[in-house]
Amino acid sequence: MKTLFDKIWDKHKIVSEDDKDLLYVDLHLIHEVTSPQAFEGLRLNNRKLRRPDLTFATMDHNTPTIPEHRENVSDPLSREQLCSLEENCREFGVKLFDMSSENNGIVHMIGPELGLSIPGKTIVCGDSHTATHGAMGAIAFGIGTSEVENVFATQCIWQTKPKNLGVKVTGKSSANVFAKDIILKLIADNGVAFGTGYAIEFFGEAIEALNVEERLSLCNMSIEAGAKFGLIKPDQKTLDYIEGRPYAPQGDDFEQYKKDIEDLFTDSEQAYDKIITLDISDLKPQISYGTNPAMTVSLDQPFPQIETTEDTRAYQYMGLEPGMTAAQIPVEFVFIGSCTNGRINDLRIVAEIMQDQVIADNITCVIVPGSMQVLKQAEAEGLVDIFKEAGCEMRYPGCSYCLAMNEDRVEPGVHCASTSNRNFEGRQGEGSRTHLMSPYMAAKTAINGRIVDE
Amino acid sequence: MSRGIKQITSEAIVIFKDNIDTDILIPKNYLKTTKRTGFEKALFAPWRYDSQGKPIADFPLNMPENQGKKILIAGENFGCGSSREHAAWALQDFGIDIVIAGSYSPIFYMNYINNLKLPVVLGRTEREALIEADLPITVDLEAKTVSAGNLEYTFEIERDYRNKLIKGLDNIEEILIYEDLIEAYEAEYAK
Ligand code: SF4
Repeated sequence: MKTLFDKIWDKHKIVSEDDKDLLYVDLHLIHEVTSPQAFEGLRLNNRKLRRPDLTFATMDHNTPTIPEHRENVSDPLSREQLCSLEENCREFGVKLFDMSSENNGIVHMIGPELGLSIPGKTIVCGDSHTATHGAMGAIAFGIGTSEVENVFATQCIWQTKPKNLGVKVTGKSSANVFAKDIILKLIADNGVAFGTGYAIEFFGEAIEALNVEERLSLCNMSIEAGAKFGLIKPDQKTLDYIEGRPYAPQGDDFEQYKKDIEDLFTDSEQAYDKIITLDISDLKPQISYGTNPAMTVSLDQPFPQIETTEDTRAYQYMGLEPGMTAAQIPVEFVFIGSCTNGRINDLRIVAEIMQDQVIADNITCVIVPGSMQVLKQAEAEGLVDIFKEAGCEMRYPGCSYCLAMNEDRVEPGVHCASTSNRNFEGRQGEGSRTHLMSPYMAAKTAINGRIVDE
Repeated sequence: MSRGIKQITSEAIVIFKDNIDTDILIPKNYLKTTKRTGFEKALFAPWRYDSQGKPIADFPLNMPENQGKKILIAGENFGCGSSREHAAWALQDFGIDIVIAGSYSPIFYMNYINNLKLPVVLGRTEREALIEADLPITVDLEAKTVSAGNLEYTFEIERDYRNKLIKGLDNIEEILIYEDLIEAYEAEYAK
C-alpha cells in the first residue's frame, strides 16, 4: 500500500544509505538569486554540469516590471546577478528564458506552463515555493545552494524521506471561495508548522473540483504550512492541461506517457501516516491580519486577543488591534500577481470584477502577471484593457511586490491587499503591511476601497 | 592534492564567547555577491571594525600574530542564526580549518562539514585549559584527539562525517561513488 508520493519517490531512488535515499532529479529549475555560487563551485572544481538538457533557467526575482527598465537594470546587484546567470547559462549550455524571451516568467509559473513540470517527475529548484509544481502530480521541492551544485554535477540529491500527510478537503465551496482561501484556512486552523516533516497530498472532492491553476496556488503554499512537498494526484484535468505544451511529450510519446502514469494515485487512505480534514461547504474568504500566514480570519471574525509576545509584536507592526475586523483595515495598495496567484485564471477572475468599474480613489492597484505567456494571453482576451480602464497599472512579469527585491516596494506603513504568499515583516518593502487574500477579494477591495468579500 | 583533514597543528585564535551567530560571522550586507569566495574581510565584521570601518587593533582577527592560524576556539552554540552557508565560507576564506567550541547550531555544523572543515566539540574546562596553555594545538581526526603540550583530550564526531573529512570527499564525490548506478538509471529512464 503506497501513497502517490511513495510511488514517485521509489521510482527515482538510486540507492539508500542509513536513513537517506539518493534520488534522481528529472527537472532542475534555476533562477538568478540562488544559482551563482553553485555555478562558481563547478568552475572552482573543474566540473561539468551533468544534464544541461534537464536544467532550465529563468530571470524573475530581480527583474524590473516596468518595460523600459528591463533594458537597462539600474540596481548594480540585480544587474550583476542577472548578467552572471546569462554568462553561466551560456558557459554551461543551459536553456535560459531571459527577460526578452516570450517564455520568461516566475520560475514556478513557467515549469507547468511550458509542459516541463508534468506528472511523475522529480523537480528541484533553489527556491522554497517549488512545491507549487507538485500540483501536477510530481515530487517538487526547494533546495539550498550547495544542493543546487550537487544536482548540477550529479543530477542526484540525497534526501531523507518525509512522512505522508493526507489533507482531505470536502464539500462544495461558495462562488467567492478559491484555493487560496482553502490553504489560508488550513494554515489558520492548524498552524504554520502542521506540515513540518511531511509531504502533503491534497485530496478529496473539493480538490478534484479545482482546475489545474487553482491546484498550483494550493500546493504553492505548502511551505507556509511547514511542508517542503505538496502534491495532488494527476487526473484528466492535469492531462488536458499539459497536452500540446512545448516540452510535454507529444503525439505517440504522449499516448505512451499517459499509460506510464496510470498508477500515480494513493492506493488507500490508510497509506497516509496522518490525515487532516477540512469541509469547505461553509468556508468564507480568508484574509491575513498579522505577520505570519496563520494570523488569518474571515471578514466576519474580529481579530483575536493577544496571547503571545509574537501577537503583540504583530499587532504593533501592522498598526491594528484585537477586536477590529478586516473591513476596518485602511488599505491603500492592491497587488495582484506572484507565483501563487499570477496565472491567467486569476486575471480572468479579477477582470470579471473590474469590467466597467473603476478602482477607488484611495487605492493604487498594480497587476503583475506571473509570466510573459500570461501577459500575452491577458492582452489577447482584452483583460489588459479592462485593467487599464479600471485605473490599474499593468506590468511585465516577475516576482515584483511579492518580495520587493527589484524596485517594486510597498511604502512603509502602507496596508497592501496582496495575492502573494508571505506576510512577514518587511516582505513587500521595509515597514510594508501585507494582507494575504485571493485575487477575487483583492479585486473587490480595489473597487470598493476597503476590504470586502462580495 | 587531497583536501582531507587527518592532522592539523596550529596555534589557536581565541574568541571565547557563547552564541556567536551567523550575523556576527558574516552580516547580511556582505551577502550581496555572486561569489562563494572572497569573504575573509567579512568574517566577524561587526566586532572586527569600528563604525568608520577601521580594523579594531586588539580584536583577535586583526592582530598580526594571529594571521595564518588555522584553529579558532569559541564558546557554546557557535553559528546559530540564519542558515547562510556564507558563514562557513567566511571562516574558510580566512583560513580557519578547525573550530573548537562547546556546541554548534546544527545547520552551521553541517555547512562547515560540507565545506570539508572540522567542527570539534570540547567541554568548557578543556577549552579553558587549552587557552591557558597557549601552545600549538594538534588536532588528530583519525585518533579523535586534541593535544597541546601534555594536555590531551578526545572528542566525538559521527563516523560518516569523520570519514568524509579524512578522505576529503565533498558532497559531489560522495554521490559520484554511485556513478555506475546513476548511469544505469539514466540509460533506462532518463536518456
Ligand atoms: S513570486 Fe514570490 S514566492 Fe514566488 S518565487 Fe517569486 S519571490 Fe518567491
